[in-house]
Amino acid sequence: MSEIIIENLSRRRFLQGSAGLTLGFCLPAVAAGKLNRVATVNAEINAFLKIGADNSVTVMSKHLEMGQGTYTGLATILADELDADWAQVRIEGAAADAKRYNNTFWGPAQGTGGSTAMANSWDQMRKAGASGRAMLVSAAARRWNVGAAEIVVRDGILSHAGSGRKASFGELALDAAKETVPTEVKLKDPKDFRLIGKQAKRKDSAAKTNGTAQFTQDVFLPGMLVAVVAHPPQFGATVKSFDATKAKAIKGVVDVVQIPQGVAVLATDTWSAKKGRDALSVVWDDSKAFKLGSDEILAQYKEMAKKPGLIAANKGDTAKTFAGAAKVVRASFDFPYLAHAAMEPMNCVVQLKADGCDVWNGEQFQTVDQGRVAALFGLKPEQVKLNMLYAGGSFGRRACTQSDYVLEAAHIVKAINGKAPVKLVWLREDDMRGGYYRPLFHHALEAALDGSGKLVGWHHRLVGQSIITGSPFEAMLVKDGIDHVSVEGASNLPYAIPNLLVDLHTPTNIGVPVLWWRSVGSSHTAYSTEVFLDQVAAAMGKDPVALRLELLTEHPKHAGVLKLAAEKANWGTPLKAAAGERRGRGVAVHESFNSFVAQVAEVTVKKDGSIKVDRVICAVDCGTAINPDNIRSQVEGAVGFALSAALHGEITLKEGRVEQGNFDSYAPIRIDEMPVVEVHIVASTGAPTGIGEPGVPPLAPAVANAIAAATGKFLHKMPFNTAELVA
Amino acid sequence: MIKLTINGKAHQLDVAPDTPLLWALRDTLQMTGTKYGCGQALCGACTVHVDGEPVRACSTPVSAVVGRKIRTIEAVDSERVGKVVQEAWRKLDVVQCGYCQSGQIMSAVALLSQNRKPTDADIDNAMSGNLCRCATYVRVRAAIHEAAKALA
Repeated sequence: MSEIIIENLSRRRFLQGSAGLTLGFCLPAVAAGKLNRVATVNAEINAFLKIGADNSVTVMSKHLEMGQGTYTGLATILADELDADWAQVRIEGAAADAKRYNNTFWGPAQGTGGSTAMANSWDQMRKAGASGRAMLVSAAARRWNVGAAEIVVRDGILSHAGSGRKASFGELALDAAKETVPTEVKLKDPKDFRLIGKQAKRKDSAAKTNGTAQFTQDVFLPGMLVAVVAHPPQFGATVKSFDATKAKAIKGVVDVVQIPQGVAVLATDTWSAKKGRDALSVVWDDSKAFKLGSDEILAQYKEMAKKPGLIAANKGDTAKTFAGAAKVVRASFDFPYLAHAAMEPMNCVVQLKADGCDVWNGEQFQTVDQGRVAALFGLKPEQVKLNMLYAGGSFGRRACTQSDYVLEAAHIVKAINGKAPVKLVWLREDDMRGGYYRPLFHHALEAALDGSGKLVGWHHRLVGQSIITGSPFEAMLVKDGIDHVSVEGASNLPYAIPNLLVDLHTPTNIGVPVLWWRSVGSSHTAYSTEVFLDQVAAAMGKDPVALRLELLTEHPKHAGVLKLAAEKANWGTPLKAAAGERRGRGVAVHESFNSFVAQVAEVTVKKDGSIKVDRVICAVDCGTAINPDNIRSQVEGAVGFALSAALHGEITLKEGRVEQGNFDSYAPIRIDEMPVVEVHIVASTGAPTGIGEPGVPPLAPAVANAIAAATGKFLHKMPFNTAELVA
Repeated sequence: MIKLTINGKAHQLDVAPDTPLLWALRDTLQMTGTKYGCGQALCGACTVHVDGEPVRACSTPVSAVVGRKIRTIEAVDSERVGKVVQEAWRKLDVVQCGYCQSGQIMSAVALLSQNRKPTDADIDNAMSGNLCRCATYVRVRAAIHEAAKALA
């Protein structure tokens, strides 16, 4: 796809001057009211803030809530500057509008990802809140005929001491919306924050604990049909022919249509659609299908790794260093394809109307999806209305660079000429086998020690498919053939090693669709770099924490979290093991999405090689902690997510067919495998950085290093092969 | 017609007897708090109570629950244990994406209804059928202990 180009993407750039704040007023706006909500008169103060006559403060979220606490976080920032009472704050998902609601790190595109939601919105939401506050104050000053400077705002109430007057936000809302939007606003001194850095409770807890939270799966429209699709068994295969006779005989089945993605069975309900799909007989054309298995892909990558790749980072003279090394340490690492496997399988509702199209989705990539749906129907992007609902997890999957499942839903609607709204439902197996995996990677590393035992050379070679090539982000993130997200975490290794070479092979003959998966490149580079460094430390006879601190002299934030985690974990003190068990402590530190996380894992290895991760101590530096409890929650969850991949996660192919289909063969950890997690947050007044992803990368290497400490065995493959650990 | 008693209310449903309770609840009655996650009783997102026992609605045909008391997340606060569990969940902000949480809560309520002082091992046993891809397990455990304290 090339019609949607996203320029100026910089996931790593800190907040820039222009936040694109669109202020203005249109009033009195009557909120359409989502589903069953009673309509209320709302004054639109600016693009991010509505204040209701009922005294409600509605924060418009331009970002998706997929679990990371984004709604609560954005509202916390705005409400603090507004001096609202947290109890009066509610949040609504904003409709797609790249002009008002672009991700300020992504130029003109709206979307959620790269752990940017807080970071790119920090200035914008503060200004939106402060501006709203100034307009409320102006309105009160005018009404009371007093000086604006004499008015105090606290917890949603404006008051004037001299006259004893008081008014709520709701009483002033309509007047405030008529005030001139201030061109400059004064932001709070961080010491005056009343919500930021405190424990604002999640705003979605109530709805998510009584069954009323609205996910895409929960959308019902009059006349809506449910579609379940027969997808080809191999990537790239297409429909040769199909027989729908038996499917159509099933009660509830309304239609069967061919679409580019397969054959869709439309029914009045999900179960009938599933039964219809199961009764369908499809002959597939596999002439263009991808037919290799994971073993063959890995064998090819290992062959490629024997030759130099494109250079991603180069410092000093590694060739000379390795030629003259007193000792060389080598290791190679293998990483499988991984499915996101969000609890809510992918789904999407599309309704074609006379003047446009409505989409309901856990919408993560507004600009990209809107453009593609519009193109399919021959509409203008603004004619495609995206309704952003809660997503039952994503981990990157709903930000599909090719809009796969959204377009699939749209194609079905197109195939039935828009005669009914359609809810596309992927069953678990469709989701697991639907591709867009974290790519399979092979890494080869070598380290050179000089005659004095000093680490003087580091060479890291990676082989794996590019996520970004062929996506709307290509112009920004692929430079000279190097996909930045293939090497992130490796090419910016923080350690002071005078000679360093990182090179990359990007195979182009592999037809497995790949995508970002929570922490993207760092999901594999943190593992290979941090486990290999421990292997080097062992060869040098050095303590892993001490060696890292020696090498982190120019990276104080890495060193800061490392020291904090080590101290809280009592690094260096003995761990008690029960008879017949081996225990060990391991450490890893990694920067991703501008945040720094160190983790110390305590692991027990039993005689049969089985592993129990007992405790993980985490230290995090993510700038200003907008909501410390949510940061803890995200890091706890990241530990569990990463542990699933370390212990079990693996999508494998045989003759191009994905072997896993459900949670029996692709098994996330369950509660009995979850370790105790402690999270320590470094105090900071810096701009906030990411927290959805950065807790993931250090976990697997910390656990592997703990296993090595317990057994002497370094694991070079994920998921771990515990057979190697039998005593 | 299939007659079901759900949350104390009688319903007549025009569905095939082999229809899973999950889809009868969701698509026929539009009671959408009970979630689809796997269709094979592997993830627990569809957990409801049948005569007080936790049951995976995705793998339970409606014909098997005729004449039995079905309770779903929508009515979880209609008795004390459910209300206390819900409050504990909110107090500790357990949820992240929230999709599995109806099932988590239904399993936790079933556990606490039978065992007012569950140990960590009891919690592992009762809750290991409920997957959470956000891995909110630390807080699920803490919230069950919290609820147990409140019920004591």
